[in-house]
Amino acid sequence: MKFPKFIRSALPAALMAVSASSYAAVAYVSNEKDDTLSVIDLDTMTVTDTIEVGQRPRGITLSKDMSKLYICASDSDTVQIMDLKTHSIISELPSGEDPEQFALHPNDRHLYIANEDDALVTVVDTETHDVLAQIDVGVEPEGMAVSHNGKWAVNTSETTNMVHWIDTSTYELVDNTLVDQRPRHVEFNKDDSLLWASSEIGGTVSVIDVESRQIIKKLTFEIAGVHPDKVQPVGVKLTDDGKYAFIALGPSNHVAVVDAKTYEVEDYLLVGRRVWHMEFNEDESQLYTTNGVSGDISVVDVDKLKVTKSIKVGRYPWGVVVKP
Amino acid sequence: MLNCLKKPLLTACATLLLASTIPSNNALAAKQPLTIDIAYLHYQPERPPALSNVLPEPEDAGLAGAKLGIKDSNTTGRFLKQKYQMSHTLSDDPAQMLEDAKARYANGQRLFIANMPSAELQALSKALGPDALIFNAGSQADELRSEICLNNVLHTTPSRAMLTDALGQWLNAKRLKEWLLISGSQPEDKAYAAALKRTAKRFGAEIVDEKQWSFDTDLRRTAQKEVPLFTQTDEYDVVVVADERGDFGEYLLYNTWYPRPVAGTQGLMPVTWHRVVEQWGAAQLQRRFEKKHKRWMTGKDYAAWAGVRSIAESVTQTKSNDAATLRQYILSDKFQLAAFKGRKLNYRDWSGQLRQPIPLIHPRALVSQSPQQGFLHPVTDLDTLGFDKPESRCRMQ
Repeated sequence: MKFPKFIRSALPAALMAVSASSYAAVAYVSNEKDDTLSVIDLDTMTVTDTIEVGQRPRGITLSKDMSKLYICASDSDTVQIMDLKTHSIISELPSGEDPEQFALHPNDRHLYIANEDDALVTVVDTETHDVLAQIDVGVEPEGMAVSHNGKWAVNTSETTNMVHWIDTSTYELVDNTLVDQRPRHVEFNKDDSLLWASSEIGGTVSVIDVESRQIIKKLTFEIAGVHPDKVQPVGVKLTDDGKYAFIALGPSNHVAVVDAKTYEVEDYLLVGRRVWHMEFNEDESQLYTTNGVSGDISVVDVDKLKVTKSIKVGRYPWGVVVKP
Repeated sequence: MLNCLKKPLLTACATLLLASTIPSNNALAAKQPLTIDIAYLHYQPERPPALSNVLPEPEDAGLAGAKLGIKDSNTTGRFLKQKYQMSHTLSDDPAQMLEDAKARYANGQRLFIANMPSAELQALSKALGPDALIFNAGSQADELRSEICLNNVLHTTPSRAMLTDALGQWLNAKRLKEWLLISGSQPEDKAYAAALKRTAKRFGAEIVDEKQWSFDTDLRRTAQKEVPLFTQTDEYDVVVVADERGDFGEYLLYNTWYPRPVAGTQGLMPVTWHRVVEQWGAAQLQRRFEKKHKRWMTGKDYAAWAGVRSIAESVTQTKSNDAATLRQYILSDKFQLAAFKGRKLNYRDWSGQLRQPIPLIHPRALVSQSPQQGFLHPVTDLDTLGFDKPESRCRMQ
């Protein structure tokens, strides 16, 4: 691990550009039932390290400078901060109980954490470790996103079936959008005009206009040979070029490829069992999916829309991030 | 701002902020809150002593689930200006229970969660007008889903037939096709045995012998001697047992003449709900329940919870607290309930039965969940469990 990093920093930039996307880029995967992170070298596509962390790690996210990794250790009731140079936990944040997912504000300081058991969103300053606010939301808050412009923090509550809109300047909940049963994940598009929200049990993805907070389109999915009740959207990823949305469809073991402009489903890709969350590599040529039941990561070639590889990780992989 | 945070202090912090967040629900703030009144009625006949020292069912089984349902719904209701409230009556006197329900009805109460046996539920349904909406969280009687159709009752607890079909499918998938049926002498044991026989016929199992347990001795010290002789019949693949109260069934395991599994009311059990169910977010529901009530969530708790949540879901969608409006919505194909069983649930529009997967468990683990793969149905595979439309005389109006 350390060796390639050293080389990378020592090499001239021109040389680096040759293979910038694949050279020593690393994916971190949280293994919910192993209390570990798997580290995958994306050059060789192999697991190079397994790091012990707090109990039941789920949501993970990188600091903007990629030097730190925040880890929701749900059953330890804390958010851990890992130094990515040393892979050691350097600090813990007061997260509130049972943190599941979180989102980092573009200011790189304010972390918005969904506390699943307490129906709260906790906002923590990652530098001072102060709790800036706790905001009451619906039952079982789960999905969390902050818009790229930093204006909105959005949370979904699984049993209340709502998207909650939090104004980040006042930490106040200012609006709610009712969506289908068990909303799991939210994702803003690049210009923050639209919010995509998946509903696991409803089997739909709602595309919400941020300006009006109204649903403008509801996507449904149909996979030949799979019972409709098993098509359960969870993770959502949008390409920066606005071309595709990838929707992880849980126990149907498929990822839907959606044209992000026409909202037509173009394809369904067969991945591992119970696919939850996803992440792109830096140039978005590859997509990685966490497959909880099969305990592996599927690698999707984004240009060809083909699954090219699966990589065994720990038990119940949940979240994935990529450090270029 | 809030440096008070350490794990146990969350609630205190939450309360501080509650005041500031609630009034800011801009668009909704102007509206009057919609109040939804639910009455929980529990008639519990005196429990005879079980002959085995089984773990007793908690006194508030059902009620605790309904309370959690109210709490969950109010968290949602906060954002939609809905207020859910519940009152309850627990009684061991059926006549008094009925009077109480009638008085409530006369006062305008229309939404009820009922936890009582079939006969008392029928009396309740009759005593309350056709515009009442009663959720049956207590009786698993098959006749209420097939012959005796109560137009103002919806069933959130599965019928015995749903449970035994769930087991029958699994036995079929395991090729355990020859059954020894042992049943107790109580009426509910006979009903369970009848459901098992119906299941055997449906899924092509053969009952090689049928025995009624009539011993009245306490088996705790003698099971190893008595049970092998009692189970010495033609060879079977599995012993299916109908002993709802738990008089003897626990002692069949490991004591049968042939070393065979035991399933039914003991051994491998088809259940509404159990602590071992933790998939599909169920861990969160279990944790919320345990935090509030300091015990495990039972099947009756789940059924009562599902009743309250069905009401709340239809209130949210129809923006009404009128029982007739809610009933119509619940029985429509638009209704869907996320209830931690891995898929959305809805009601059979002929019998008012909540369709639901059935977990098959042993006390420390989930073994399987039915419907089993490969049991097909033109509408939904959930209707391979229990009385399907052509098998039921019920047609809800």
